[in-house]
Amino acid sequence: MSDKEILKADFELGFTYTRSTGPVIGHFLTELQKCKIYGIKGSDGKVIVPPAEYDPVTGETLKEFIEVSDIGKVKTWVWVNQPLEKHPIQAPFAWALIQLEGADTNFLHAVKVKKEKIMKNNMKVKASWALPPKGNITDIKYFEPI
Amino acid sequence: MREVAVIAYAQTPMTRDAGAQNEVELIMQVVHQALDEVKLNQTDIDFTCSGSCDYLQGVTFAFVDGLNAVSSVPPINESHVEMDAAWALYESWLKIQMEEADVALVYGFGKSSPGELRSIMTLQLDPYYLAPLWPDSVSLAALQAKAMIDNKMITEESMAKVVKRSRKNAKSNPNSQLSGDFSIGDLLSEPIFVSPLRKHDCSPITDGASAIILATKEKALSLCRNPAFITSIDHRVETAQFGYRNLTSSPSIQKSSEVINLSDYSIDAAELHAPFSHQELLLIKELQLNEEVSINKSGGVLAGNIMMSAGLDRIGSMFNLIKSGKVRTGLAHATSGPCLQQNMLIIMESKNE
Repeated sequence: MSDKEILKADFELGFTYTRSTGPVIGHFLTELQKCKIYGIKGSDGKVIVPPAEYDPVTGETLKEFIEVSDIGKVKTWVWVNQPLEKHPIQAPFAWALIQLEGADTNFLHAVKVKKEKIMKNNMKVKASWALPPKGNITDIKYFEPI
Repeated sequence: MREVAVIAYAQTPMTRDAGAQNEVELIMQVVHQALDEVKLNQTDIDFTCSGSCDYLQGVTFAFVDGLNAVSSVPPINESHVEMDAAWALYESWLKIQMEEADVALVYGFGKSSPGELRSIMTLQLDPYYLAPLWPDSVSLAALQAKAMIDNKMITEESMAKVVKRSRKNAKSNPNSQLSGDFSIGDLLSEPIFVSPLRKHDCSPITDGASAIILATKEKALSLCRNPAFITSIDHRVETAQFGYRNLTSSPSIQKSSEVINLSDYSIDAAELHAPFSHQELLLIKELQLNEEVSINKSGGVLAGNIMMSAGLDRIGSMFNLIKSGKVRTGLAHATSGPCLQQNMLIIMESKNE
């Protein structure tokens, strides 16, 4: 049988339904589409970013959204010399816990710098946005030093 | 409360690649070995419960296939947790407490060799805030190690000491994957993997399975010469977001220690589920274990880490120590997540005079 006789069809493995992300995660993702980052006020008044639906300690339902900056400080970081295929940056980079200005918790994301030596605790970084934003955490491509 | 004890334990050799052996073949060995140890058949088992992760096989409901390793005809009373099999043991313990079973079979299995384990475990993270960024388990554990080093709680040398003891203890464990005598200098001269972790700070990629049989006191004493009684058991989960918590402490361990009254017991030995060397140091601190407590006699998970069964193996390893009379009161710990987000503590004791 020649190639021409073989019937072919594209096949994409996927779920045939969509799912709502709800009023808290949904709000955060919707605001990302405007290049804005929102947190939520926790039971103790501290601002949690990204927003939690329930307080991580008391379990209380949280509702009060607070906008925070897309600039923050690196609190902890690790250097990845050999990125894996799925990593957001395909060159050596850092994973970091970043405390955004206006937030009391840390935000996990990638930091793009050329060399490990540049990375320091408390260094200032700013989000680099993927345009146009799609309402996904990957709308922030990575953070870069400023 | 009904008194419940571990009466049998079996584990396959922990290997980097089990080759053509599939999950069913791995489970079958340990289920039969455990049943033979106490001369029981599957028909004597009131409840069967397993723990595994379908992502490892890449197929939904892959765990159902594992049931081919036990006789499920006539129909059996059975359950599964998409968690480490230590949590399958917890479910079985509850079934016995509810008087729905007197004897339970628990098994866990994981064949990690076919995929890239570091990335596969990412699928267990929060699907909106974390998973789309693909932070892998080694990088996340490295963040925790870095935070502990920055806080001056540990050093690369103290981490290497954990590895040295693990490999040394593993020499007397015939199932171990990694064992031998290493100097701190040798270990520290190894290259960095994901800073500050070297490859030996991370538990190896392992294929294997294990099984445990639980029974009520009456059955336990008639089937086993020195059963390990579960005196106290508790498990807790922390937030799924790494940035919400201080990675250098474990509130869930602190709370569980209180609930099981850990400080009231005189612990001879502990089997700690620490997939990364720095986590053993964090656990020792949070559990307030003193230097007289012998830690990870089996070598722990740094000597072999059957994904989704490594927590159950800690309980099994403690059973071996108690059954042989080497330990009277022991602590077993199981965890889940790259930064110890979920933890279980179990006090196990011999009741022999």
